[in-house]
Formats: sequence, C-alpha cells, structure tokens
Amino acid sequence: MGLTLTWLSVIILIPLAGLFLKTFDLSLEQFWGIVTSRRTLNALRISFGLSFAAACVNLVMGTIIVWALVRYRFPGRRLFDAIVDVPFALPTAVAGVALTQLFATKGWLGAPLAELGIKVAFTPIGIFIAMVFIGIPFVVRTVQPVLIDLDPEIEEAAASLGANRWHTVFRVILPSLIPALLTGFALAFARAIGEYGSVIFIAGNLPNVSEIAPLLIVIRLSEFRYADATAIAVVMLVASFLIIFLINRLQRWAQARIPVH
Amino acid sequence: MSMQTGYASSTSELQSYAPAATDAGVAAPAPRREIARSRPVTAPRDARTEPGPVRFIIIALAIAFLSIFVVLPLVVVFASAFSKGISAYIAALAEPEALAAIRLTLLIAAISVTLNLVFGVIAAWAISKFDFTGKTFLITLIDLPFSVSPVISGLVFVLLFGAQGYFGPWLQAHNVHILFAVPGIALATIFVTFPFVARALIPLMQEQGTQEEEAAISLGASGLQTFFRVTLPNIKWGLLYGVLLCNARAMGEFGAVSVVSGHIRGETNTMPLLVEILYNEYQFVASFAIASLLAMLALITLIVKTILERRLDEGQLPNGD
Amino acid sequence: MLRRILPLVAGLLWASSALAADATLLNVSYDPTRELYADFNKAFAAAYQKETGKSVEIKQSHNGSGASSRSVIDGLQADVVTLALAYDIDAIANKGLLAKDWQKRLPLNASPYTSTIVFLVRKGNPKGIKDWDDLIKPGVQVITPNPKTSGGARWNYLAAWGFAEKKYGSADKAKKFVGDLYQNVPVLDTGARGSTVTFVERGVGDVLLAWENEAFLAQREFGKDKFEIVSPPLSILAEPPVAVVDTVADKKGTRAVAEAYLKYWYTREGQEIAARNSYRPRDPEIAKEYEKSFAKVELFTIDDVFGGWTKAQKDHFAEGGIFDQIYKN
Repeated sequence: MGLTLTWLSVIILIPLAGLFLKTFDLSLEQFWGIVTSRRTLNALRISFGLSFAAACVNLVMGTIIVWALVRYRFPGRRLFDAIVDVPFALPTAVAGVALTQLFATKGWLGAPLAELGIKVAFTPIGIFIAMVFIGIPFVVRTVQPVLIDLDPEIEEAAASLGANRWHTVFRVILPSLIPALLTGFALAFARAIGEYGSVIFIAGNLPNVSEIAPLLIVIRLSEFRYADATAIAVVMLVASFLIIFLINRLQRWAQARIPVH
Repeated sequence: MSMQTGYASSTSELQSYAPAATDAGVAAPAPRREIARSRPVTAPRDARTEPGPVRFIIIALAIAFLSIFVVLPLVVVFASAFSKGISAYIAALAEPEALAAIRLTLLIAAISVTLNLVFGVIAAWAISKFDFTGKTFLITLIDLPFSVSPVISGLVFVLLFGAQGYFGPWLQAHNVHILFAVPGIALATIFVTFPFVARALIPLMQEQGTQEEEAAISLGASGLQTFFRVTLPNIKWGLLYGVLLCNARAMGEFGAVSVVSGHIRGETNTMPLLVEILYNEYQFVASFAIASLLAMLALITLIVKTILERRLDEGQLPNGD
Repeated sequence: MLRRILPLVAGLLWASSALAADATLLNVSYDPTRELYADFNKAFAAAYQKETGKSVEIKQSHNGSGASSRSVIDGLQADVVTLALAYDIDAIANKGLLAKDWQKRLPLNASPYTSTIVFLVRKGNPKGIKDWDDLIKPGVQVITPNPKTSGGARWNYLAAWGFAEKKYGSADKAKKFVGDLYQNVPVLDTGARGSTVTFVERGVGDVLLAWENEAFLAQREFGKDKFEIVSPPLSILAEPPVAVVDTVADKKGTRAVAEAYLKYWYTREGQEIAARNSYRPRDPEIAKEYEKSFAKVELFTIDDVFGGWTKAQKDHFAEGGIFDQIYKN
C-alpha cells in the first residue's frame, strides 16, 4: 500500500504538483494575462472546438460502426472489428506522417479533394481529420459491450406491443445506450484535446488559425517562457480533471440505470 | 450453440484504455443469453432488425469510414516506405541512427513496461482487494495520464529536472543526468503508460473478489505465496493484456518524449522522434521505413490483443459466479 | 525461421553499439547545419584518427538556435555549440557554462564560415520579388521563423531592418518597415528548417527568407524547376559562431578533442566542406575557388548597424523589445 502511494507520488503526483507550484511564480494578473492573450485563447479555442467537432463525428460514426459490427454479419466483419483499435495502437507520429501524406495536395485523397477546391493538409480541416482518426476506437469500444449485453427481450416486447422498428431503435435501444455513448464521446474529446503527435504534422501550425494548445506549450517552452507554457498547461490540466470527473459521473449514472444481470 | 443471429460478437468487453471500465459492472462480460436465441422468434421477423436497404447503408458507411480513416493511412505508410524499392528500405533501416533509435526504443520500453508491470499489479491489488479512504482519489490519479496531453507529461519533468528546475541544481552538482538522457525519457514514458496495467487488472481482480485469497490464507499460506499461487494465475491473461498495450504505447510515445529528449542523434532519439526528424530532412523513404516498423508493431499488438481477448472471454465464462 | 532471424536482428542492433569510440563529442547546433555537420564530422573523424590514432564519434542535436541554446542551459551536455549567432552562445556563457571571452578564442570572431540571407521564391517568381521592398507589398506572404527561437529568423529580421534603415534613413521608419513585413508573415515556425518545410512542402507563402545555404539545399533537394533563389542587392553578413562549452568538456575530459574539432574548421579541408555545402568560406583562396557559387551581395555587419549582438538582442528581441511591440500575440 505504502509502496503504491510512494510510486504514484513519484511518477504522477509530484510532477503534477510541480506544475501547479510553478504557476505560483506568477501573479494572478500575469496568469490571467497569459491565459487570455489572443494567441493562447485562439489555441485553446482551436483545440477544444475542433476536438468537440471531431468527437461529434466519432459519436455518430462510432454508433454506426458499432451497430454494424454487433448487429449485422458481413464479410470481413471480424477484421473490421479488430482494426477499429488501430488508431489506438499506432504511434501518433506514424499517424501524423501517414495522414499528411494521404491528404497533402499530391496525396491519394488530397489530390481529388484539391480538385474539388478542398484543402485538408496544413489547414484546420487537417487537425480535425487527425482528431477524428485518433478518436475512432473510443465510442465504438465503450458502446460495444453495452449493445451486446442489451436484453433482446426488450426489443421483442416493444415489437410485440406494436412498435415499428424505427420506434424500437430510437425509443428503446438508443436511450439505454446513452450513458455509454456519452462516455465514449467524452473519452474521444479528452484524447483529442491533448493530442500532439498526429496533429502537428498535418496542421499548418499558423498562430491563431491552426495552432493547437499543446503546440503552443512546446513553442513557449522553446522560447524559454516557462511561465507561459505552465499557465497554458494548467488550464488544459484542469479541463482534463473535469472531463475525468464527468466520465466517472456518467459511469455511476449508467450503473444506476442499467440493472445488473 | 450455433451463432445464427447477428448478436454474437468476438469482441471482448475489456476496455483497458477506457477509464469508464472502472466498474466491474461494465467490464464484466455478462453471460450470453442463449434462451432468447434458441427459442423460436415470437415477434415478426422484420421487427427485430432493420430493412435491407438500411442495413446495407449502415454496413457500407461503417466499412467506408474505417477504410478511409484506418486502412488507407496504414497502406500509405507501407507504400511510401517501399516506394523506392526494398533495398532502399533495408538501407534506411540499417543506418546507424536508425539502429540506435530502435535500440533506445526497446530499452525504454523494457524499463517502463517492467516498472509499470510491478507497480500496476500492486496498485490494482491494493485497489481491488482492500477498502480504504481516498480510494477514488487513487483511481483518478491512475487515470490521469490518459487524459493529460503528452506534451504536459513531458513539461512536468522539464520543470522538475531541468537545470533551471526544482531539482536541477542538485542533480547538476551530483553529476546526475535525467533530462536529455535515458532516465528522463524513461520517466516520461512511465508517466504516460502508467494506467495500462493497473487498468487492465482492476476490473478483473474486483470481479474475482477475495474469497480465494482468504481461503488460501486461512489454510496457512503466506501473503506472497497467496499472491503467486492464487492471484497471479487468475489474472495472467489480463496482465498480459495490460502489458501488451503498455508496451505499444511505450514504444510509440511521441509528444512527452519529444519534450524531454534533447534530440541527440544516435543517442536520445527514439523511433517516433526519428520519424519526425527524417521527415523534416526530406528523407521520406527513411522516415516511412521507421514508421512502417512502428506500424508493424501496432498490427502485431492488435493480433495478440485479439487472441488474448478470446482467452479472457473463455477464461471467464465458466467462472460465472 | 523466426528463431534464426531474431538473434541476427539482435546481433545487428547491438553490434553497432559495441564499437565505442575513444572519445565522443556532442555538438549542439542549429537547424540548417544538419547536412553540413554530417559531412564535416565524417571528415574530422578521419583526420583525427589519422593524426592521433584515436577514434572519435560526434553526436549531433539540431534545433532552432535559441531553442538549442536553452537546451544547453537546461542541462543538455554539449561539448561544443555551433549556433546561428553569437548571442545564443553569450546566453550560455552568462549562465557560467563557458568563458565570457569565448569569441576571442578562435580567429575571425570564432565564425569559421559565414552566410547571408536570401529569398527563395516559387518558379518564375510570380510575385516579382527582387528586393526587400517587395516583401511588404500587400498580398505577398513571407515565410520566416520565430526570432524568439530561431537564429536565422533573427538574421532575417536584422537584414530587413538594416535595409530599411539605410534606405529610409531612420530607426522609426525601419520599425514601421519591419512591422509591415511581419504583417505579411502568416506563420512563425520555431526553426529555419521548419520554415523551409512550411514553404516547400506545405506550399504556404510566396517567399521564404532563408539562409543562403538553406535556400541552395532546398533547391538541390526539390529541383531548380520548382524554386528560384533571389539575392537582394543588400543583405547582412551572418556569422554563425562555434565554441567549446568549458564546464562540460572539462567534466567529460574532452577539451583537447573538442578544441581540435573546432580548429579543423580553419583548415583547407574544413573550408572546402563549408563551401561545398553553400556556406561562404573565410579562407581567401577557397573563397576565390568557389566565387561563382555565391551571388555578389553587398553585406553589412551586425556591428556596423546594430552595435553588436548584445545590444541588438536587448533592443529587438528581449521581452518587451521591438519585436514584441510589432508582433503582438
């Protein structure tokens, strides 16, 4: 027990405490000044806004994927089931160079998109694409077990009571998936906010346009403006705390709603 | 039992990277419902599934999305790596810098996986078998690295161990190098991979309860004996699963390591860092060659993971309660 | 099969580490010198082996010059630093890591090669960029790195300033000119290499302000049919200096080899290597030999226009300095 706590302290608690301690070098006005400067605000807005958008796409597409994987049989289903985890297992730098190559104006997907006048690589769309990529597994993998465990008798009951399929899906099945869906959404969101490796290659890294908050931290660090880097980090860290807290709450809620078998 | 309906899935319920899997209720695989399946369907058939065109569209969407977002990037990595032929590929990997990066990556993975293995087991054991105040806080702490930006994970170690940091002057005086050296890279990697082993084990250990251990102890076994003879065999697949994911992340970590590495060529560049450096030096084949090794690692990880998940499913179903 | 391959791979991996050199140096340098030092290190190691019978291995770390300087201050164990400008080494000296008179320890301001700032434009020069004036025209996108982290960026900035001050006659007007110029800069990468990648790979911008050597390199890598080099009539003489980091070299016992390493720059071979990599050599003979490779540009020095690096740094790039005033974010 003591050992666990010591180890945990050395690896996680002390470093994070150090981060907070460092911000005390700053006065409140200084801290506020850094956090509300135009460039910081824009970086945070880009990180949080695009992460939110990407998590929304993951929510919708994740639901469709999980439905196809759990409810239908089609050739290659097991393979597709397995590759859902690729974005999780693939190192982020590899994902970064691969997506950049794919979506650059000469890339396999970038070229046809450029014909249509859509530029993906080195624009905010590129950041969005990378964030969608890394978020794929989260919604699928949190909803999948719940959908598998869903008691089919409920559906049968709904059907025998005269509900059509549409009603059954939207009134009976989806509501019982909501906690899992929200958890998956929150996880994808949290991951996308902090993402660095896969984004920096494909993002244009233009200040105020396509510069994500983690990159701004790295830039401030190399400018030797440790206080700035730390202040931005603290804001992001607090956001992480809140999201974890929210996820745990969602989990409680889910357990209260779904009777244990 | 035959799996005639579309309900069966090979997927495990184990979500080690999802903090959501904290609670045994989510993580525990529920017994499959054979009754519902073996009985003739009472409701009209089309009420239990969607019309053909809808099914088709959903499947097509799922396949298209996964193909574009997951399969194509993987294909691009290998296609680019071999774009100048296999000899260029091999030459790129035989570069001393590439070999040094591979070596360092393996070393870092070995260090961080070993330490996280030991402490992950202890932490999971403490959390699932004992009740104490502050347990929720402990779990939150373990989860934290999941949602902390890797860049911040690196930054905290710069603040601690940099020459201008809290411990920097002392370390310099005693000639200890942490930042820009192997220890710093290892620390940052341990930080980001901290949750994997503990997270894979906690639901498993919670579900198994403490009866078996209590029985062993009442029969006179020592604590360590109980652990190695009773607990460990019960959790071995879950443990492997956690180690596997921990290893994949340790070898692939980029952001945190990038901040603490110092980018000394042939010395503190890990494989993911080398991917970036070569990419910035216009050496695209070499960059993608290293990337392809990492992609292969990811694929192997997934294959082993699928096998392990099947083991976990099988291992747990007969247990029931 | 696997059983046979695995030991082979393991052997290969570890064999290369077994060949430890008699001495190892860490050279912390700035971004565009990657190719230069790859060449130079090879040549020096061979020459050193021949002369002393000892082997030496030189490790490199590259980043924006300012970022590199800060890594060394933060504890990166560099035996030698070869940075883009004197101030970045001064900053290290100010922390007591090397003697403050380091620039007098080697000839020619401890700068064995020089360079200047030129423009890299897209094929055909569609925006017709010929001189510094053209950079502040509306609709021209200029790519240059962040002066806070990059040495090249500071040379770029000062070159523009020097031009404006000479042409318009006052510091105020120069400030306005440079301010206008940065209005046209859509992205500030942390290092010169990052900017080159932005311009060349990402296709952002109409003109890249670049080290002469970096411009030549980009042209070599991507072909003359894609990019053209435009040398403005007036530019700055960029002197990237080199120095041994005393505290590190003494602690590691590498002073002798580190000094030999830097002195090698001043030999014929060293100067040839610089010239071959499009850095302007100092040796008059070699310079004559490579005369045709470099455009004739009128060059002013930092001492002429800015009164040295310490002053330039303080006036322009320090916290709240002129750069901060004109580029607010």
